[in-house]
Amino acid sequence: MKLVFDRPACLKPTEFSFCPGCHHGLIHRLVAEAIDVHGLREKTIGVASVGCSVFLYNYFDLDVVEAPHGRAPAVATGVKRVHPDKIVFAIQGDGDLAAIGTSEIIHTANRGENITIIFVNNTTYGMTGGQMAPTTLLGQVTTTSPYGRDFRQDGYPIRMAEMLATLEGSAYVCRVAVDKPANLMKAKRAIREAFRMQKEEMGFSFVEVLSACPTDWNLSPLEACKRVEEELIPYFPLGVFKERKVADHL
Amino acid sequence: MERKLVKGNEAVAMGALDAGCRFYFGYPITPQNEIPEYLSRHLPKVGGTFIQAESEIASINMLLGAAAAGARAMTSSSSPGISLKQEGISYLAGSELPAVIVNMSRSSPGLGGISASQGDYWQAVKGGGHGDYHLIVLAPHSVQELYELTFRAFDFADRYRNPAMILGDAVLGQMKEPLRRVPPPRLDLPPKDWALTGCKGRSPNVIKSLYLGEGELEAHIWKLVKKYERMKNEIVLCEEVETEDADWVLVAFGTAARICRSVVRLARLEGLRVGLVRPITLFPFPEKILRRVSRTTGRFLVVELNAGQMVEDVRLSVEKDAEVFFYGRPCGAGSLPKPREILERLRALHNGIETIPPGEKRNGYETRI
Repeated sequence: MKLVFDRPACLKPTEFSFCPGCHHGLIHRLVAEAIDVHGLREKTIGVASVGCSVFLYNYFDLDVVEAPHGRAPAVATGVKRVHPDKIVFAIQGDGDLAAIGTSEIIHTANRGENITIIFVNNTTYGMTGGQMAPTTLLGQVTTTSPYGRDFRQDGYPIRMAEMLATLEGSAYVCRVAVDKPANLMKAKRAIREAFRMQKEEMGFSFVEVLSACPTDWNLSPLEACKRVEEELIPYFPLGVFKERKVADHL
Repeated sequence: MERKLVKGNEAVAMGALDAGCRFYFGYPITPQNEIPEYLSRHLPKVGGTFIQAESEIASINMLLGAAAAGARAMTSSSSPGISLKQEGISYLAGSELPAVIVNMSRSSPGLGGISASQGDYWQAVKGGGHGDYHLIVLAPHSVQELYELTFRAFDFADRYRNPAMILGDAVLGQMKEPLRRVPPPRLDLPPKDWALTGCKGRSPNVIKSLYLGEGELEAHIWKLVKKYERMKNEIVLCEEVETEDADWVLVAFGTAARICRSVVRLARLEGLRVGLVRPITLFPFPEKILRRVSRTTGRFLVVELNAGQMVEDVRLSVEKDAEVFFYGRPCGAGSLPKPREILERLRALHNGIETIPPGEKRNGYETRI
């Protein structure tokens, strides 16, 4: 019989410890598949960030270094500059990337570091128990916006992909979702494309993935997917915002 | 070997280059800018990488990445910038990563000033960042030592898989002295088989400081503590000047030690037998040497360019009945103590007229246990 579905070689034979309905596991799998598809397992180095994404090394069968909160792009820069022939990636959440690490992500993209960042945007701080994130939608109730996010007090949810797409150093910037099979397939292609860009030394690649956090949203997994479609996607539109065709150095 | 007139900051950069440092990450701040400027010119010539980062925080984390990837790498800054790096320094220590951090310190707290100060002693020696850890801290006092100790810092860091700090100051960084650019002997070092290179042909390496399992973190910290104990036995560096017959022993490091050398000379011309103990490694601290000296001398004057920091470590090191006095000035512009001023204090102590009522304002103060 022909084997049509198996665990990616990049993933360890272990179960994810993410909450039921969390999209982190799906995203990990897509990243692992992308590394496998390009045959990069033995030359890939991962950077774990702070938050639910810190457990990268529990699941990925790869060399991994753990970065302080928000600093994964700077750590990845250091790794990549030492090993320009290796593939370097990080998975960062929205608190990590869009709040405490805003400076690092902008300047890493602007330097055109040839690395890949997967940005998991679930509009909340998942690991710490559902506080307001820079991506929290207006009106969204969190443990630190108990009356709903109010722009007069907290400003507006930040669109990172659009912002990073304005930078010359960015080679590939897109936003995807994994709430339903059609979007999942697009996300799969986008993540593969991001790693291909890095493999071909095109520059900085960035995939924002809209992700469900049923636990902190206080929704069932299915309701959480519905929220991604009905509330997140209208504010955070899916699509490719930047796609370099020829590397600057060519 | 010819000698060249070299600025202290440039000697640091030369020491790093000669030690095989090929990655530098930094951010401009006075009075250490000659280090990044020199390396931005010279690293590309030897195939190295220089990055002017967007912040001190980014530079220390680039350093973390480069160290994890197995490279010899360095960052440098001055006091306020070093404060910003403390999070990353704690991670380096917790993740057992060898890297070199240079602090050409300036007067603080806050924005303070740009003149020499030793106000960062506690920050460098007692931790600085969060958690139970130590840096290897080296305190040069000349341009020659800035070169040699920077070179050796890389070996020490690699040997113990621990970050090492060069604690200099504005005077040392900015002054010029003749330098003989001869690398000191290298240590035999273990291979970096823990480094991240992609897991080709081996099981993956993970570099982290998070330990959530029952008892894991405690075991990890005890492992670090064992390293610190080994350092205390293996790499203590300290200079003694005329301590054998001394009635009084000065204890000072870095720029303060340079001033104290003059005090020793002046005092001996006047017939007062004064010696000097100059800790070169501030961590590991030369506890045993100070204890030994305290058995024959018993009277110390600790001189620092701050309001009294290392004096605590001297008191913890010496025999119980030894007397430890302090003379220091928290330095801003124009506040560097002069040899005569220290000698005057020493003579007053020697003649038994030493006490200054607490709270009385003078240049420098002294305390007595």
